[in-house]
Amino acid sequence: MSTLEIHDLQVSVETDQGTKHILKGVDLTINEGETHAIMGPNGSGKSTLAYTIAGHPKYHVEGGSVKLDGVELLDLSPDERARAGMFLAMQYPVEIPGVTVSNFLRTAKTAIAGEAPALRPWIKEVRESMTALRMDSAFAERNVNEGFSGGEKKRHEILQLELLKPKFAVLDETDSGLDVDALKIVSEGVNRAKDRTGMGVLLITHYTRILRYIKPDFVHVFVAGRVAEEGGPELADRLEEEGYDRYVAAADAGVA
Amino acid sequence: MSIATTDQQHGAKAHSDGGWDAPGFVPVQSRAERFASNEPAAYPDVTGREIEWKYTPVDVVRPLIDGELDGSPYAYLANEADGVALDWIDRDDERIGVAGAAEEKASANAWASFERALSITVSGEQSAPVTVTRTGLGDAARAGHTVIRALPNASGLVVLQNGGAATLSENVEIVVEEGARLTVVSVQEWDDDAVHLASHFAVVGKDAFLKHIVVSLGGRVVRVNPSTRLAGEGSDTESYGLYYADAHQHLEQRVYVHHEGANTRGRVTYKGALQGEGAHTVWVGDVLIGTDAAGTDSYEQNRNLVLTEGTRADSVPNLEIETGDILGAGHASATGRFDDEQLFYLQARGISEEEARRLVVVGFLAEIVQRIGDPALEERLHAAVERELARGAA
Repeated sequence: MSTLEIHDLQVSVETDQGTKHILKGVDLTINEGETHAIMGPNGSGKSTLAYTIAGHPKYHVEGGSVKLDGVELLDLSPDERARAGMFLAMQYPVEIPGVTVSNFLRTAKTAIAGEAPALRPWIKEVRESMTALRMDSAFAERNVNEGFSGGEKKRHEILQLELLKPKFAVLDETDSGLDVDALKIVSEGVNRAKDRTGMGVLLITHYTRILRYIKPDFVHVFVAGRVAEEGGPELADRLEEEGYDRYVAAADAGVA
Repeated sequence: MSIATTDQQHGAKAHSDGGWDAPGFVPVQSRAERFASNEPAAYPDVTGREIEWKYTPVDVVRPLIDGELDGSPYAYLANEADGVALDWIDRDDERIGVAGAAEEKASANAWASFERALSITVSGEQSAPVTVTRTGLGDAARAGHTVIRALPNASGLVVLQNGGAATLSENVEIVVEEGARLTVVSVQEWDDDAVHLASHFAVVGKDAFLKHIVVSLGGRVVRVNPSTRLAGEGSDTESYGLYYADAHQHLEQRVYVHHEGANTRGRVTYKGALQGEGAHTVWVGDVLIGTDAAGTDSYEQNRNLVLTEGTRADSVPNLEIETGDILGAGHASATGRFDDEQLFYLQARGISEEEARRLVVVGFLAEIVQRIGDPALEERLHAAVERELARGAA
């Protein structure tokens, strides 16, 4: 069974005001097939966690470890992490001018699988996933994320998730900027991918509404760079009613 | 050497663009007022400080500015296509000098030195792209003159494909007559030590369209300066450029679009990549919207992608507007390093850093290649860009 194990992770970034410590010792273990929701107020370090796991160069790891089946991911480059089975669905996917979606998907699949996919089955698979995500077939010939609407970018992220079949997926605020219909379509895509591959999911969100469509097994409340509370799905319901104020006040008191 | 005189000769008065010390002297303010003459003696000595030379390694191109040039006809290869005729024409042919005149001394030197001009005439509907390949020009300093002409309502695509050794100064006249649609592509894949200065003079007639594309990949110093006069009402031009400079390579292009007629449209997009110590690119984009050019729609942009340390990209957009009654006029220029976010995005999908860089660079330049409209040439240029990249990685 695959396991993603985050232990005492400490991360800083360089800002104009100097070094800023964002993650202050995060512990989290995710087994395959499990869905963990990470919820928390803005600025609590949720996205930092996501990008650190994926290996973004902006984030400096000060201590701790992130192990996938015992392999230290922090020693690997971002592409090596992806090939080891990690996937990050980004909140703000960037444009890649002149690179078509179909070229990009085939290149990524080839890199992950270690060999080019057989052409016909691959084309069929791409087409089926696009149809399921209500993406027009013309989409494949557009340049990656160029001129995509917010909803199209998120669908494109989930399309990659379905096609690349990672062991663990981190979804960074995939629900932000989506209307209800798009949220349902995107959530169905995540659930489909999970049913097929049994991957583990780390779902990062500010709001509870995506949890209506993607059911978490565990909920972690993230405040000031740490997990402040953990529980089952019922914790999300409580957050829905009470908000994050209680945790934020406690964290502030701890600092003072 | 004997200097042939032409009807357009400016006169015997030397150094007429000089006189910078004279009291009350005001330098040329408008692009349209720039001195023009096909007579080299009419220009002052080139020092390298002049506006049209200040970015160029003048010591390297000196033989083309002041030296004697061999202006005899040269060997070329061209495929046959219906609707296109090629032949050598004499200096006094009425087709010569229609589109413009030299504006700097190396161009004038070429104009004064060529013995016969290569004429390429497109009439009717051209059945296939015509590619004129020059690979045997050799090291000796040469002059060239080419006249490309699309007759009224004709349409066609002409590729000037350059390779091998060259020390060449040339003028290319492009005449697009009423209602015609012409694409001219000039591809520079010269040997590493080649030196090439080219001035393209285009005039576009009523409701006619010119797509002009400059692709410069190979050569020690390559400077291609396309000037386009949108003379006829409703005339239209798209001007594209792609350049890829390696270590110690100088690639320059000075683009000038003059909106003369009413309701004309101009689009200029040049994109370049630079890699290696001493790689230098220059883009100067002049746009002039004349007093009669009501309804003008104009936009020019330059983008440079810097791949390594030690390179230099000069980018100078200039826009002059002499009438307020226009649809739009804009310009943009950006020179940047690799976008780390693009690399991260691709790497986060398992793509190695090297492959990610390749995708980003090829994609960046693909926008220009895709405009050519000749699938075989597009394919070849994609491959050529990949070779350039591989050269940088080696």
